[in-house]
Amino acid sequence: MGTLREALATGAPVTTQAPWPRVVVDAAGWSALGEALAEGALGLSGLWGEAEAVHAALFDEPAAEFAVATLACPEGRFPSLGRRHAAAIRPERAIRDLVGLVAQAAPDDRPWLDHGRWPVRAPLGRKLPPGPAAPYAFLPAEGEGLHRMAVGPVHAGIIEPGHFRFAVNGETVVRLETRLGYTHKGIEALMQGATIEHAACLAGRVSGDSTVAYALAFARAAEAALGVAVPERAHWLRALMAELERLANHLGDIGAICNDAGFALMLTHCAILRERVLRTADACFGHRLMRDLVVPGGVALDLAAPAGVHDLCAEIGRQFPRLVALYEGTASLQDRTCGTGVVAPGLARRFAAGGYIGRASGRDFDARRRPGYPPYDQLRFEVPVFENGDVDARVWVRIREVEQSLSLLQQILLAMPGGPVRVPLPLRGGEGVALVEGFRGDILVWLSLDEAGRVRRCHLRDPSWFQWPLVEAAIEGNIVADFPLCNKSFNCSYSGHDL
Amino acid sequence: MRTLLFRSLIATPLSQPVPKPAADALSAALGAQLDRAAQRRLGRSVAIRALDAGSCNGCELELNALGNAFYDLERFGLRFVASPRHADVLLVTGPVTANMREALERTYQAMPGPKWVVAAGACAIDGGIFAGSYAVHGGAGAVLPVDLRLPGCPPRPLELLQGLLALMEPSSASRPSARAWSDLRLG
Repeated sequence: MGTLREALATGAPVTTQAPWPRVVVDAAGWSALGEALAEGALGLSGLWGEAEAVHAALFDEPAAEFAVATLACPEGRFPSLGRRHAAAIRPERAIRDLVGLVAQAAPDDRPWLDHGRWPVRAPLGRKLPPGPAAPYAFLPAEGEGLHRMAVGPVHAGIIEPGHFRFAVNGETVVRLETRLGYTHKGIEALMQGATIEHAACLAGRVSGDSTVAYALAFARAAEAALGVAVPERAHWLRALMAELERLANHLGDIGAICNDAGFALMLTHCAILRERVLRTADACFGHRLMRDLVVPGGVALDLAAPAGVHDLCAEIGRQFPRLVALYEGTASLQDRTCGTGVVAPGLARRFAAGGYIGRASGRDFDARRRPGYPPYDQLRFEVPVFENGDVDARVWVRIREVEQSLSLLQQILLAMPGGPVRVPLPLRGGEGVALVEGFRGDILVWLSLDEAGRVRRCHLRDPSWFQWPLVEAAIEGNIVADFPLCNKSFNCSYSGHDL
Repeated sequence: MRTLLFRSLIATPLSQPVPKPAADALSAALGAQLDRAAQRRLGRSVAIRALDAGSCNGCELELNALGNAFYDLERFGLRFVASPRHADVLLVTGPVTANMREALERTYQAMPGPKWVVAAGACAIDGGIFAGSYAVHGGAGAVLPVDLRLPGCPPRPLELLQGLLALMEPSSASRPSARAWSDLRLG
């Protein structure tokens, strides 16, 4: 019996949720989960609240078991998991901002997403009138010769907004603290009461670069909640889109990371390949980013021109090895990426950091394999894992994943079955959860539907929740000039995190 | 690297043919306000400061694509600048979130006149799918005077390019104005 099942053995199971079990625990059981997280026996995959309850998505990595634990909070508070497990700190701050439940004895009780500018407090909970705006207290850094640098929310490039507060000694970063929440749009509140179709459109706009992955995670959660089986061909088309999305983003990232090391040639060439992927997606599905095409029940339309994907794979297969050789053979570039921005394997594991960030620091996790979803069980692919944890390792994970995605696309084209691509959805209640591997890492969606089939509560957890804190750790001791390089190698989502 | 550079030298260019500026519907609102003096003053060069006021990042991806070899934005005299102090145009993406409103206003105030505001994408036009949220004020027009709207979710790079070119093409509808240059600050 796995650790997870043992930890939840005393709780009361809820039968409405699929496919993972959900168990209602008491305060002692909840605190015991915190201990198991602190010991590393369990991993945290998500932590979110409702008006009178908190939920934690947990996993037991060796046993490949996943579950959701729930604690009722009629008095508006719950024992802090963040007190023992640092990855829970920011989610707990967000829970307080969004639903008003307080994590008792939490190590950090500052607001996170709420900047004191909304017309309401606890918008997903008791909807209180706004309080007086208080200045945000950044963490201290004291010592001779230290000075502070404030960067953002508006940055020099065409990127998303966020604030970085550096404490530096000369050129060396002593402490970095990020402040996020600038792009908070209230997506989870907009979802409440929405139809599944409308909520799916919202899910596809949580993070623009992962629109397919988010739509897929939402669709899978909805289908689990409703007990709907999707036509076989739809699974394959979804994987085709997901791999095109991964390919486009990794190609863009490899170029952009090298560009931030002052090597623009790589960006130029990678941007051409990325543009070819987006044009192929446009030709096949009518949208460059493939937005609103994965829908609950299947996919919105069938593949128009499979030959385009064949040609794309052939073209990238020809050009990409030359770029890899260029990356490997340019000493001045390697000098910037090797040994820069190191994330220790232990830290990546404690935060359950997904995607290329976890895999560059030895964490062998990919949601396509575990918990797994079709059609990946019928496809051959490797999950590249590196140990160094530096910018270079994060580039190499992406390079190897580009190669894997090309192979997957070709396998999908060869083996894709025919048939219908969408089934109608029944209007009924239910609860579903899904974990899907986006290009950046695993995306968790938890969805609860009311009897009329409308969204009662939906939570979408971006991989960046467990990656942003590691940026702060990675930059420590590096020079300020390497921050853009480090940050780009993480490429965390602001919008996906801020919701 | 030499091989790669040599191949690039002998390869045919990837850049697309020059697209036509956006149709009248796009430029009409602007044409009424932009006069030839402004066109002459700008020459064929427009400096753009892009600002994400809370977008999902989809529009930024397509704005970045404008720099690739296919669209090659800078051949038109259009370029993205880092500082609002260097910008003629503030290009806003995303709905204006409550948490970004002040940063947006301060960026606009930091720009020298004459200046124009472009709302790029469905969210910047009217808040899009996020309109009505407690955390969103609406489109860029809820906070700033908007001169040009470029629809799409996100707009394709070609559509963005056509819209931006409309900023630079002298409009036959507009006449030279007697207004002082400082009055040209729209809104």
